[in-house]
Amino acid sequence: MSTGSSSSTLSSARIGVITFPGTLDDRDAARAVRLAGGVPVPLFHADGDLQGVDAVVLPGGFSYGDYLRAGAISRFAPAMDAVVDAARGGMPVLGICNGFQVLTESHLLPGSMVKNDHLHFVCREQVLAVENAGTAWTNQYTAGQRITIPLKNQDGQFVADERTLDELEGEGRVAFRYVGTNPNGSRRDIAGITNSAGNVVGLMPHPEHAVEAGFGPDSDAGQRAGTDGLGFFTSVLASLVHA
Amino acid sequence: MGRVVVEVMPKPEILDPQGKAVVGALPRLGFTQFSGVRQGKRFELEVEGEVTPEVLEAARQAAEKLLSNPVIEDVVRVADASQESSGAVA
Repeated sequence: MSTGSSSSTLSSARIGVITFPGTLDDRDAARAVRLAGGVPVPLFHADGDLQGVDAVVLPGGFSYGDYLRAGAISRFAPAMDAVVDAARGGMPVLGICNGFQVLTESHLLPGSMVKNDHLHFVCREQVLAVENAGTAWTNQYTAGQRITIPLKNQDGQFVADERTLDELEGEGRVAFRYVGTNPNGSRRDIAGITNSAGNVVGLMPHPEHAVEAGFGPDSDAGQRAGTDGLGFFTSVLASLVHA
Repeated sequence: MGRVVVEVMPKPEILDPQGKAVVGALPRLGFTQFSGVRQGKRFELEVEGEVTPEVLEAARQAAEKLLSNPVIEDVVRVADASQESSGAVA
């Protein structure tokens, strides 16, 4: 999976987190990388140099104020040119929320996000089913596993034409599906998808907000004890080791 | 100074939540004639000189590449603003 050469152990894997103007969750994403055992590397949108990182996280927020369309302007940032090239070469890339929107605008993932069908901002602890546990970002889960992570968005309704949706289903590229309730009208309850190589994953909910007991969603273990999102980050570290 | 108008609409098959909210509000004001609303975007691109065929072509490319997302939107009009009444369509 990795195009980087430096990662022979978990602790040396360097995961870049890109900050765009209007990004909100870059520090949470960096913290999640650190808690999983990796080394977070802050990257800036205007810099086309990815500093040799082994993987990249595009965090959530409202880059460029969501002007024009969510993710539409960030897509043309110098850092994104480098990310698109590296992703096509196999580097793991995770897009969370606004990062997912940037990935669809960059054509690294198909479909697009439009406003939630009910027009309201939604913020909740969301149950997801892990549909594809074979990607660079999901290999520490099991297929069908239920996880609970926060969801918070306004433009979260995943749409694509029927042919694309059938293709995603047929090729096992639906990575996550909403369980219990569809919070935004997304086609076929899709919460996240992957490219065919499995190195690029995007989803609307926020795994980086569920990585440390005491600061996550409520779980069977107690209030705010949920850490179901940590698996994203341990997955990518595992995929880098085995690359 | 010339001006090019670009209009972008949500694709017909994409539910337009904003248009739906607007159509829901109209009857409350007594406008009961309207059964549907779709909300799009209008861009006005200014150029220093005349709107030449080359400028229009560049505007068409900008409309496809940045101003619209072909997954969810159609570019329905790219036209010289000074000839708007002619109803030229891209």
